[in-house]
Amino acid sequence: MLAIVGTVPDPEFPLLSGEVHIEGDNLCIAGRRAPIRRGTPALLAAAIKTVETLNQPAPFAFLVGDIGLGQGSRLLYEHLTRRLSRFELRTLVFHYLQPDVDWHNKVLFAVDDMPRRPVLIADAGFMYAAKMSGQSAAYDLFTPDAGELAFLADEQAPHPFYTRGFILHEENRVPELIERAYLHENAARYLLVKGDRDYLADRSGVLAEVDHPCEEAMEAIGGTGDMLTGIVSGLIESGMEISRAAVLAARANRLAGFHTKPNPATQVVEIIQMVPRALADLQKAD
Amino acid sequence: MNFLKRGRPKPTFAPNGKDRGILVFDHTSDVIRAEKILQSNGWKIRVMGPPPEIRTGCDLVIEFPLMEKLNILRTIRDAGICPRDAVPVSSPLLQPVDLFHIKDFGRYLMVRAANMKLTIDKETLVIVNVSGGGCPDVPYLAAQMVGKPLAETPAPNEIGHTLCGYALHLAYEEMLRRC
Repeated sequence: MLAIVGTVPDPEFPLLSGEVHIEGDNLCIAGRRAPIRRGTPALLAAAIKTVETLNQPAPFAFLVGDIGLGQGSRLLYEHLTRRLSRFELRTLVFHYLQPDVDWHNKVLFAVDDMPRRPVLIADAGFMYAAKMSGQSAAYDLFTPDAGELAFLADEQAPHPFYTRGFILHEENRVPELIERAYLHENAARYLLVKGDRDYLADRSGVLAEVDHPCEEAMEAIGGTGDMLTGIVSGLIESGMEISRAAVLAARANRLAGFHTKPNPATQVVEIIQMVPRALADLQKAD
Repeated sequence: MNFLKRGRPKPTFAPNGKDRGILVFDHTSDVIRAEKILQSNGWKIRVMGPPPEIRTGCDLVIEFPLMEKLNILRTIRDAGICPRDAVPVSSPLLQPVDLFHIKDFGRYLMVRAANMKLTIDKETLVIVNVSGGGCPDVPYLAAQMVGKPLAETPAPNEIGHTLCGYALHLAYEEMLRRC
């Protein structure tokens, strides 16, 4: 089973867990709806489109409302530490949560108690906490954008907000930043770096690059990185090896953008609708 | 892409740091409120990253002249904000990012500060997208801001609570400066 952990930007949204599906432009879980705009709802929607295309079961989600004060995230962290060991998961994705090192570490202990260790993927706030805790190597995949890669490469920065200028200046030199992130043990087993050109890397260096098709507007569109994390999660859940899934996801994300013909005002939900078509294009090409 | 470093006004402190203290808060939103109040009262303060021993993951502290501790504490307490602690600086503080990237898409303009990007329609000055970031107030801020004119949107430092929200506010200020 694929499980996705994250937040929705609604302070009234209770802590819910269960299978998730899409109705129109909304996600539905346990009778509640959340609009698909960006963040975890965008990741989930892209994952749902991916597993549907591959005839896989719907993802399971742990969701809570949080608008940045952290109360929802702490409820969810606490819930995971008590419940996670009961789940048998193949893939577990952590996403928009208030970064908190102590809670991160407790959740990782709970993962250790699971009957089978799932493929662990982290992005957004939970990836920040994983890096700050010094436990990045416990993860199988991080999906940073180029700016977040600079943060991973800066061994002193506890948050992207503090990435030192001389490292930010290196942002266009992704292979060097990847090397630096691994040098200081601040990278997962694989890194899928999103940007003008997407990179897949591991400790040995860059394994693959994907730069076609290129829609420049995608950089401005909130949620396109979340979408990529959702697609790669769905592909990994189908049994695909992580490195192959990452390259296919990068290509599918770009193709979905290409089919949407986006401009910087396009909203991510329009692009997510194109995920099945993009995956079908890749299946034909293979 | 333009690459821009804009110097924000910085207070002067002794190089050895012995004249500085930090105010520590439970929430980043309290830091943002305290910063506004202290600056509006003319205090020479700056927002910085906390020293390693008190970092939790999404933190800011306010660096202040230690000699003014009592007056500064009184000012923010009068505004209903209570810091968790006010202590001397004991180790180097992290400097927030002050680099901005500007990308012109023709009709649209994007400003990036740290990991946050804000894009507007140059013809209407309406915010069309917010992207980047990883803290939970980012989707909330985007929901509140996208579709609204730049002059009418709530400022991120009024409704945001995290470092990502703070970074978005820097992008918002830079966008206001340019439009």
